[in-house]
Amino acid sequence: MATPQVKEAPVKAGQPVVNDFSMTVATKNGSGSQTSNLTLLRALFKMGIPVSGKNLFPSNIQGLPTWYTIRISKKGYLARRDSQEVVVAMNDDTFVADLKSVVPGGAFLYGDHLKFAIDRNDISVYSFPAKELAKNSTAPANLRDYVANMAYVGVLAHLLDIDMSKIREALEYHFDGKEKPIAINMGVIEAAHAWSVANIKKTDPYRVEPMDATAGYVMADGNTAGALGSIFGGVQFAAWYPITPASSLAEALAQNISAFRDVEGQDGKTYAVVQAEDELAAIGMAVGAGWSGLRAMTSTSGPGISLMTEFAGLAYYAEIPVVIWDIQRVGPSTGLPTRTSQGDILATHFLGHGDTQQILLLPGSAQECFEFGWKSFDIAERMQTPVFVMSDLDLGMNQWMIKPFEYPDRPMDRGKILWEKDLEQLKNGWKRYADVDGDGIPYRTVPGNKAPNSAWFARGTGHNDEAKYSERSEDWERNMLRLKKKFETAAQYVPEAILDSVPGAKIGIVAYGSSDHAIIEARDYLAQDGIKTDYLRLRAVPFTSAVQEFVNSHEMIYIVEMNRDGQMHKLLQLEFPGLATKLMAIAKHDGLPLNARWVKDEIQKKEGLRHE
Amino acid sequence: MSETNGSGNGKTATAAPAANVQLNIIGMSKNDYRGAATTLCAGCGHNSISNQIIAAAFELNIVPEDVIKMSGIGCSSKSPAYFLNRSFGFNTLHGRMPSVATGAMFGDHLLKAIAVSGDGDTTNIGMGQFKHIMRRNAPVVYIIENNGVYGLTKGQFSATAERGLKLKYQGTNPYTPVDIVQEAMSSGATFVARSFAGDANQVKSLIKAALSHNGISVLDIISPCVTFNNEDDARHSYGWGREHQEPLHDFTFVPKEQEIVLTDFAEGTTRTVEMHDGSKIVLKKLDREYDPTKRSEAMRLIEESHAEEVLLTGLIYVNEDLPSLTDIYKLPARPLNRMTDNEIRPAKSLIEKANAMMF
Repeated sequence: MATPQVKEAPVKAGQPVVNDFSMTVATKNGSGSQTSNLTLLRALFKMGIPVSGKNLFPSNIQGLPTWYTIRISKKGYLARRDSQEVVVAMNDDTFVADLKSVVPGGAFLYGDHLKFAIDRNDISVYSFPAKELAKNSTAPANLRDYVANMAYVGVLAHLLDIDMSKIREALEYHFDGKEKPIAINMGVIEAAHAWSVANIKKTDPYRVEPMDATAGYVMADGNTAGALGSIFGGVQFAAWYPITPASSLAEALAQNISAFRDVEGQDGKTYAVVQAEDELAAIGMAVGAGWSGLRAMTSTSGPGISLMTEFAGLAYYAEIPVVIWDIQRVGPSTGLPTRTSQGDILATHFLGHGDTQQILLLPGSAQECFEFGWKSFDIAERMQTPVFVMSDLDLGMNQWMIKPFEYPDRPMDRGKILWEKDLEQLKNGWKRYADVDGDGIPYRTVPGNKAPNSAWFARGTGHNDEAKYSERSEDWERNMLRLKKKFETAAQYVPEAILDSVPGAKIGIVAYGSSDHAIIEARDYLAQDGIKTDYLRLRAVPFTSAVQEFVNSHEMIYIVEMNRDGQMHKLLQLEFPGLATKLMAIAKHDGLPLNARWVKDEIQKKEGLRHE
Repeated sequence: MSETNGSGNGKTATAAPAANVQLNIIGMSKNDYRGAATTLCAGCGHNSISNQIIAAAFELNIVPEDVIKMSGIGCSSKSPAYFLNRSFGFNTLHGRMPSVATGAMFGDHLLKAIAVSGDGDTTNIGMGQFKHIMRRNAPVVYIIENNGVYGLTKGQFSATAERGLKLKYQGTNPYTPVDIVQEAMSSGATFVARSFAGDANQVKSLIKAALSHNGISVLDIISPCVTFNNEDDARHSYGWGREHQEPLHDFTFVPKEQEIVLTDFAEGTTRTVEMHDGSKIVLKKLDREYDPTKRSEAMRLIEESHAEEVLLTGLIYVNEDLPSLTDIYKLPARPLNRMTDNEIRPAKSLIEKANAMMF
């Protein structure tokens, strides 16, 4: 079967394209464009139109190029698209390429201080006096370059029909109701809008119209959501070390925890957030706090995960609960620190030397970052082991339209912890590492327990059931087999995979994390071409029974992920060796959020080959 | 949680002691403070330090369950298994004990932490974490059992080995040694002492004083390795220590329950340092004029000891005025690990506040 090429539907001249296009703004890093871009995104969201915003930024403080893409989709597709219908150029360094990137029939808007030849006649081209508008504003001289970016907001508001009152709402939120910056920025936007109305004649077909598709949603980034979820999970100790793209999680935690956890009449803080000297110390502190009975966490990205390896192995083996967030970026080493990836799956699952199997949670949305924020503590304390929450840069740092956060639907699970009164009732004492209940999970006590038989000695060296030093082979083997059993037990406690099936589908797609929207959209395109697919979104490792059933019940399984080697594909092959031949990797590693067209094309190509 | 069973772990509350066994005022005998039998070499300085930890805790009437024991990796770091069996302990990673101790202090900040490390664990692999636990002023008694050599891996140089030291399989050390006291001082430690495992009384008194300090206390104790580095001319040997030890002062620790009987000290010859918990350190002047509350004095003294090639021991620096790590974080009176679910999970109504924060 030949591979059909998917093409965007051609735009017919004169026919408006409403609420279905992508817009990219090209600026320089550090120029203040983030405020303008978020204002556009939020105004569109407030107009009731489904939107997503993706920031493609460099590892740099000031000067390197950055692009912000907003997708406007009446169908609610939030994944990244490759083609750009509307492009705003504010960066001389990328002007030529930005001009090229506009699809035929699209619109190109640029600040008239950029002096370049325009060599395209198949698109609408507009320029506007960004500098002059900023100069004429009430902004102080030192802020003029920043507010110049507000000028494109005003021009776009005119060109695309964005509601000015919604722009004001967005600014009010951004500046936390502070009148002065709101007035300065709104002034520039209004002036630019008026200038555009007077001077630009619109010739492109792209525009927006109010809808009612965002009622009941909020906009949130996964890192803030994860921090808030951790707060609702009762986090008591967090240690962290700055790293892109994870820093904003710990910062959101430090900035917001007081508002939720300090209550009147309390004589002190029930939590601590410590910036450590490096990732080794960050996880070391969290492991110390977990050992001493606290809900403890750290947050990092790939390079930090590498540094945390030895502690991850120790915590696995000494059986210390701790939660570790990995906001994945492109690695190894520094790699592409500001690009997104799902490249830490294998390394993190096996993190530690010797035999280790770490629990991974795989949030697929900012809501799930919130949900797994609290759930991860329940699982870590129940299983007495590290729990890794595998987010990524796209999920963590970009704004997502989501259903509001929900309060935890169950009481906290503090796991098998024994205090003085529990020990009193145990006539025959207790053993730290004995498998009393047959589920591989032992009982634990924590420092501060005053019962004379409560104490035990935590160590990474060989130990027997009583936590005493042991080099006996039998002790070692028994302990390691119990840890294996414990990991199997974890499948009952981790979030279940989510299945979406359609009648008659013979093939399945397995994916996880931030690619959810791309998969949803790709399945629609595949269905339009007559390929029915079922979809299982993994939410954790170990794999739950639903995963086994899904693999069993489909002819072919495509595992879609954002890395080079198909890491989850490999884990599934290890889990189901007998079914390995029907597991196929669809993996992309370009550092960009997955786009649906690519997923559709790849699956179609592979399906074509299979039926040749 | 009552569904556990299983046999005892061998530790129970003290059985009624024989009539001739000495008890402290909380009714415990020395046995309540002992640990497992040591597996270190006979004559190892570390064993003598373990014994002084046991004696100090017994004499200070400390409840063993009120102490946590922390260590890294190495001979010294094995030793917490050999004292205070009734205390929780954590034998962590090589060079990473300070971070684990830092986090652990938040669980129950009313506990005392005794941390044991070695010169390799602290100044080779662990220098970074060592310096950062100083800056944070974590309330931990940080003992470095310093012998200038790696024991468990059979006799390699550590960073405290003196330049020119000759070891059997390693040749001659070409590098300048690290001075732990100097490192601690430069990192802002608030209680810094040096001692010698051969001077049991001084070790014990310093441990007692350190336990009453509110913040990090560093005890750099020269603790000879009888197997790999005990030639008489080696700086970390018993022989050199005995020949060159010069106590800075006659050191007496007076717990808060005890009154100082001033007649024991001739007027004008003593200096008293009041500790955070009301205990006192009485320093009786010996040969040198020295004020351990002055940072600049301490820095000068360390340089002097290098120039004079003496093992100056005693309390080198103390500062009771800085807040400890757990003070900085304004922890409540009750330990964090005793907080109920309702105290750490925000009320249901607050979910609206979380959503309202979003756009």
